[in-house]
Amino acid sequence: MYPRSFEYVAAASLDEALSALADNPGAKVMTGGMSLIPLMKLRLFSPSLVVDIGRVPGLDAIDDSGDQLAIGALVRHAATASSDAVKSGAAALAQAAALTGDVQVRNRGTTCGAIAHADIAADQTAAVLALGATMVAKSTSGEREIAAADFFVDTLTSALEPDEILVEVRVPKTGAGSGSAYGKLGRRGGQSDYAVAGAAAVVTMDGGNVAAASVALTGVGTKPTLAAGVAEALVGTDGSAEAVAGAAGRATEGVTVLEDLYGSEEYKSHLAQVYAARAINAAIAAAT
Amino acid sequence: MQVTMTVNGREVSGDVEPRTLLVHFIRENLRLTGTHVGCETSYCGACTIQVDGNAVKSCTMLAVQADGATVKTVEGLADGDQLHAVQEGFWERHGLQCGYCTPGMLMSAASLLEQNASPSEDEIRHAIEGNLCRCTGYHNIVRSIEYAAAKLRGEEPAPPDWTLDFEGVS
Ligand SMILES: Cc1cc2nc3c(=O)[nH]c(=O)nc-3n(C[C@H](O)[C@H](O)[C@H](O)COP(=O)(O)OP(=O)(O)OC[C@H]3O[C@@H](n4cnc5c(N)ncnc54)[C@H](O)[C@@H]3O)c2cc1C
Ligand code: FES
Ligand code: FES
Repeated sequence: MYPRSFEYVAAASLDEALSALADNPGAKVMTGGMSLIPLMKLRLFSPSLVVDIGRVPGLDAIDDSGDQLAIGALVRHAATASSDAVKSGAAALAQAAALTGDVQVRNRGTTCGAIAHADIAADQTAAVLALGATMVAKSTSGEREIAAADFFVDTLTSALEPDEILVEVRVPKTGAGSGSAYGKLGRRGGQSDYAVAGAAAVVTMDGGNVAAASVALTGVGTKPTLAAGVAEALVGTDGSAEAVAGAAGRATEGVTVLEDLYGSEEYKSHLAQVYAARAINAAIAAAT
Repeated sequence: MQVTMTVNGREVSGDVEPRTLLVHFIRENLRLTGTHVGCETSYCGACTIQVDGNAVKSCTMLAVQADGATVKTVEGLADGDQLHAVQEGFWERHGLQCGYCTPGMLMSAASLLEQNASPSEDEIRHAIEGNLCRCTGYHNIVRSIEYAAAKLRGEEPAPPDWTLDFEGVS
């Protein structure tokens, strides 16, 4: 199974890659290739030029600047999953990375690639949304920051322009009294493969009560979505199992749940509540 | 495009189209046909090799992406006539039937044991999540990897969990 013919450039620097994208409207940037190559093999997608940034130096670091983590474009799922800084400061993202695909996929695919690809059932998209991350995009005309809440536009569509590269994702660290978690039902059962439905939660506890909360869903609609009703219902409660179950009941409020091969609208709505509650309970346990 | 890489300790090069998949370069240019092509859709893991020490699916990598890399295929596991512990394990614990998935299973197993000398059964099953087998039901594959892990630790592997009883067979 061969992709259609294409031109290929292994960029040696970010500037070289950005110029190649700016000069060639049919070009696509490639990092891990774990989504791009399968799509090209199936000929669902045939870019005229592939700009491989896999060898660009300086993009593979996870920087901890105290209150935030900056995850570079070439940080692979395996590195995000095993990083102590991510495990302690953004546990939901580390857990989502650990549940992305299989060992071989995690050895090649990148956290930024999964976010840029914006699959409706991806894992790390929900985590960065709940964590309130910021995407840093570069093009030949400069750099801009995009809030996670504005980044996911539609199925396989992000706010990135075709000539932009997501150079890093900045994730605020959960501080004292805060915790985060991610979980899903995978398409192959258990937590294997893309999410039939999944949820990430970030919770801050203060004096035994929920002071702040953020919950994001994946797999149920056309894009990862904040479940604002759940967060609203949770804040001010004592975070008990009953309070969490009650709040999670509002998981799909305002969300267009779509039936697909893996579940009916009803089943996915049910799963959204179950996984929202599980993620919240785990986040509260991590916060206290 | 010209690519050069080290495969099983030998420097090789070739002229490939950008769309040439690494698995085809390995099988067709280098004639190393131990690496199998199963699904071609990135799911089955029959094409698993190591690139720079990590298990990857060679059907989901372009040959040009491996330019300059160090590659190990199933042919690089044994040391002359001396089988690698995972190969011995699959032999001793009946870890294969048709053998289609086996090269990829061996590469995933070897990669796991390089990172974790004493994996639990659960860890072994998760490590081969990206490798599908339509024959064995995985049970004997897990036992084979446990055998190899014990061997590599210098321990005596657990006895097989089957018994062969030919009494009464004529
Ligand atoms: C067998 C298999 C199982 C999988 N299971 C899961 C799963 O369970 N959960 C899950 O979430 N994902 C899963 N994936 C997808 C995997 O996570 C991909 O690695 C990821 O979606 C893409 O990252 P990448 O670095 O490989 O990007 P690529 O494949 O290189 O690129 C994907 C797309 O994003 C764009 N892109 C990539 N990086 C950037 C960047 N820095 N800036 C701008 N655009 C960029 C590319 O142009 C392309 O359009 C699976 C993939 C496979 C093959
Ligand atoms: S042939 Fe590569 S994963 Fe199946
Ligand atoms: S032994 Fe036949 S597919 Fe695994």
